[in-house]
Amino acid sequence: MELSLSLAFRAALQRELKLAWRRRGDLLHPFAFTLLVATLFAIGVGAEITLLQRASGAVAFLCVLLALFLSVDGLFRPDRDDGQLDHLLISPVPLPLLLSARLLAYWLVHGIGLTLASPLLAMLLRLPADQLPVLMLALTTATIGMSAIGLIGAALTVPLKRGGILLALIVLPLYVPLLIFGCGTVAAQANGEPIAAALYLTAALSAFLATLAPFVAAIALRLGMD
Amino acid sequence: MQKFWIWLTRFASPPVFYRVAGLWRPWLGLATLLFGVPALIYGLFFAPADYLQGESYRIIYLHVPAAWVSMLAYVAMATAGAAALIWHTKLSELAVVSIAPLGAGFTALTLLTGMLWGRPTWGAYWVWDARLTSELVLLFLYLGVIGLASAYGDARRGARAAALLSLVGLVNLPIIHYSVHWWNTLHQGSTVRIFGESSIDGSMLWALLASAMAAKFYFAWSLLGRLRLQLLAAESEKAWVAKALNLEPADA
Repeated sequence: MELSLSLAFRAALQRELKLAWRRRGDLLHPFAFTLLVATLFAIGVGAEITLLQRASGAVAFLCVLLALFLSVDGLFRPDRDDGQLDHLLISPVPLPLLLSARLLAYWLVHGIGLTLASPLLAMLLRLPADQLPVLMLALTTATIGMSAIGLIGAALTVPLKRGGILLALIVLPLYVPLLIFGCGTVAAQANGEPIAAALYLTAALSAFLATLAPFVAAIALRLGMD
Repeated sequence: MQKFWIWLTRFASPPVFYRVAGLWRPWLGLATLLFGVPALIYGLFFAPADYLQGESYRIIYLHVPAAWVSMLAYVAMATAGAAALIWHTKLSELAVVSIAPLGAGFTALTLLTGMLWGRPTWGAYWVWDARLTSELVLLFLYLGVIGLASAYGDARRGARAAALLSLVGLVNLPIIHYSVHWWNTLHQGSTVRIFGESSIDGSMLWALLASAMAAKFYFAWSLLGRLRLQLLAAESEKAWVAKALNLEPADA
């Protein structure tokens, strides 16, 4: 029994990663989106470097947050449209297990993907060099929690025709603590303070959310699909 | 204990609840007036002016009761949500749907009175104070629940999804509150405190507590009214509705 559960987890993970790999061109879109938002911000604020630089950590973080949010709607919707979601629901394997595989795959593809792309973003926003590793560390950690919240939001809205603005209304307020601690990590580095406190709080929150989210999302999917 | 539960679950039955809520409402309305009218008259006209803020502090008799109800309502909504998910009772699903707009209204009132109060006291309508900010996030949480409940074509499924979201929000609310507090102290050093540790004078306190009671009674009065109407709408085909409204049964 133990073996089959881990097999199921691995198979679900592989499927998601393989799908993402086959459509790897699509991954450029959120990345381009972050650069676009950064560009619009810089144009709006003006080319004054000091102002841009002071806000750069938070803006880079927000760009990634928004890009990640945009891909949340795709977590279940394509699978609902082609019937794959029904297979998930009637599968003998516990649904939360399959959903945690999906969460992990989503984070690996989008969370890590956007984090790896963030140096270019940082360059554009003139983030001071010593803050870049901290930003990437904060993003790696915070995107776990954001993906988990996204999983819940996507599961709640998948029976609807479109997620759209409602999904934003559900998901974005829940991002607040992660935004605070994530940006707080970068801000601590900018102020020359130790980053540990904010980073650990981000990590704790992410761990909490990632543990809970598959179960909540499983309930939400069953509510919506019966 | 068993007997108590059986007695209690009787009230989850729509016809019984409709009747009992109808009996309770006039008393709740009366209690709202009994507590609210003297508290507001005394608070707005006779209570001593604040030594620091002068007359402007009087908005406290609206602001603080509204703030308390806005938070209490969220807990009530999530409790009803848990009941809806565990026991699938129609009444608790309707309670989630009915509480959400009420809670959002009280949250909006809190923000509005807070802004009006902030103008003379802080010199600006909006200050990114920790409590104001978490109250704003609370409003967004309410709007999410309202939006989700109404987005589903099937009302019951929408109510259950909203119930689940309200529980998720309840788990996150303390986290949001403390993170905003942490953020605020990180950015601003010291915040403007209205109460701080200093205690409020007794002559102001009783009016504040009375107006807080009035706000809670009003909440209960309004909630029961909304629930009764929602029950009628949800059960419009049932015989008890026709009986309760003294209508002739349609097929008789």
